[in-house]
Amino acid sequence: MSLINIDNVTLHLGGRLVLDQVSMTVEPGEIVTIVGPNGSGKSTLMKVVIGALQPESGTVTRQKGLRIGYVPQKLHIDPTLPLTVRRFLSLPKRVSNDAAHAALADAGVGHLCMRQMTDLSGGQFQRVLLARALLSNPDLLILDEATQGLDQSGSADFYSQIETLRQDKGVAVLMVSHELHVVMSTSDRVICLNGHVCCHGAPEHVASAPEYRALFGTGTHGALALYRHDHSHDHCDHDHTYDHSHNHGHDHPQEKAKSA
Amino acid sequence: MSLLDDFLVRAILAGIGLVLAAAPLGCFVVWRRMAYFGDATAHAALLGVALALAFNASIFAGVLAIALLMALTVSTLSGRGFAMDTMLGVMAHSALAFGLVAVSFVPNVRVDLNAYLFGDILAVGRSDLAVIWGGAVLVSVLLYWRWSALLTTTLNPDLAMASGLSPRREQLILSLALAMVVAVAIKVVGTLLIAAMLLIPAASARPFSRTPERMAVIATLIGVMAVLGGIQGAFTFDTPTGPTIVTVAALIFVLANLVRLIRSQLR
Repeated sequence: MSLINIDNVTLHLGGRLVLDQVSMTVEPGEIVTIVGPNGSGKSTLMKVVIGALQPESGTVTRQKGLRIGYVPQKLHIDPTLPLTVRRFLSLPKRVSNDAAHAALADAGVGHLCMRQMTDLSGGQFQRVLLARALLSNPDLLILDEATQGLDQSGSADFYSQIETLRQDKGVAVLMVSHELHVVMSTSDRVICLNGHVCCHGAPEHVASAPEYRALFGTGTHGALALYRHDHSHDHCDHDHTYDHSHNHGHDHPQEKAKSA
Repeated sequence: MSLLDDFLVRAILAGIGLVLAAAPLGCFVVWRRMAYFGDATAHAALLGVALALAFNASIFAGVLAIALLMALTVSTLSGRGFAMDTMLGVMAHSALAFGLVAVSFVPNVRVDLNAYLFGDILAVGRSDLAVIWGGAVLVSVLLYWRWSALLTTTLNPDLAMASGLSPRREQLILSLALAMVVAVAIKVVGTLLIAAMLLIPAASARPFSRTPERMAVIATLIGVMAVLGGIQGAFTFDTPTGPTIVTVAALIFVLANLVRLIRSQLR
């Protein structure tokens, strides 16, 4: 059974269609990455997954008793708020010293326990957020652009830590990123989002998909924009309210499995 | 009971009662950058006084009702993407102006405006003391009970949501606590200086704190020092008591930040 199953979810925010009939699942132990340009609804979709936003239509099904560990996009801690790493981990529920140390060690920052949150570097801060997410012993880790503001080697380190965690604990990971090259190597599946699901499948598949290239351009640039809009495609049955200049061949996972 | 017969003892107890509620709540006001929010709510209190006088109701109830209304209005608006500092500035000052105008309409009552604007801590009676301590204990219990949830929401609403908390509910609890503190404080420091008793002890405690709890405790201690020092100072220099308490708090704030500055230079 899927950990989380999002089926045909549609959502407007401030009068703008942000999610358009989006469907996706996360299976136990897999790493799924959502990529997409700014304003493509990635963070909104994450909020739907954690239950912070309710969809207007469509369903969100979570596995019974699903424990979610959430690593937010960024966390601004007001400098007027004194907070040690140890105290931060006990929010909102008090955790034992053992649990706190174990989680920090798992996130690779065991030595930072008594430091002030506002004194941490970007990379340390994100790892403390990761440690906090690990405390609930989650089945699913959700990372919302967790490496924003880190340099390339910093985010590569961070993602290899995630990969290690998956191997050691079997935790599933759903993450949002636009650092495609880094993320793709660690993902089992990639979902390319631009309001609707443009394409999805194994990283290699998505990377070579014309929809993906049209959004992110991989050296082919303008050439792909000339692709004909193929609205007569079998599976292309939803309304296009997005202004796209690229091909909409909407692959389905079954096809992808065959073609991959 | 003879101890309570002394107006000085009553004044000190009233001040300490207020501080017990205001200092920890003030920490949240500082952390959440709600200084203007506190101002708007406090200034609305005068309108509550006017209404209470007009309808012959208790001042406490009138102030509580209007402060609560203001706090809820502001916290509702804050979720709607208005330019908040402008909005709060408008509301804080218009609430005060409306209150002043409304008080002047109250018939046949000669109102000592100064007492409501700057407090009249030396005139605190036994029943006032009961109201102040009742309110203070209620706010303290509320904050103690919701402490972790409030703190998590203050850090990040999404993080709170992912932990199964409702940021809206916590915001509501803070609004309620704020209205209660305003209603309690009006007798002690008055409408104009309530925000000072929220902000200054908390801001002074920051340099000496490593955890939020410690900051709340130190803020409370600093608040108590300001009350004791202020009442003493008001006697020595024959100055108005409420403003003197705030003056002492402000001096402690300057001192605390000097200490911080010197410490960071030495490091």
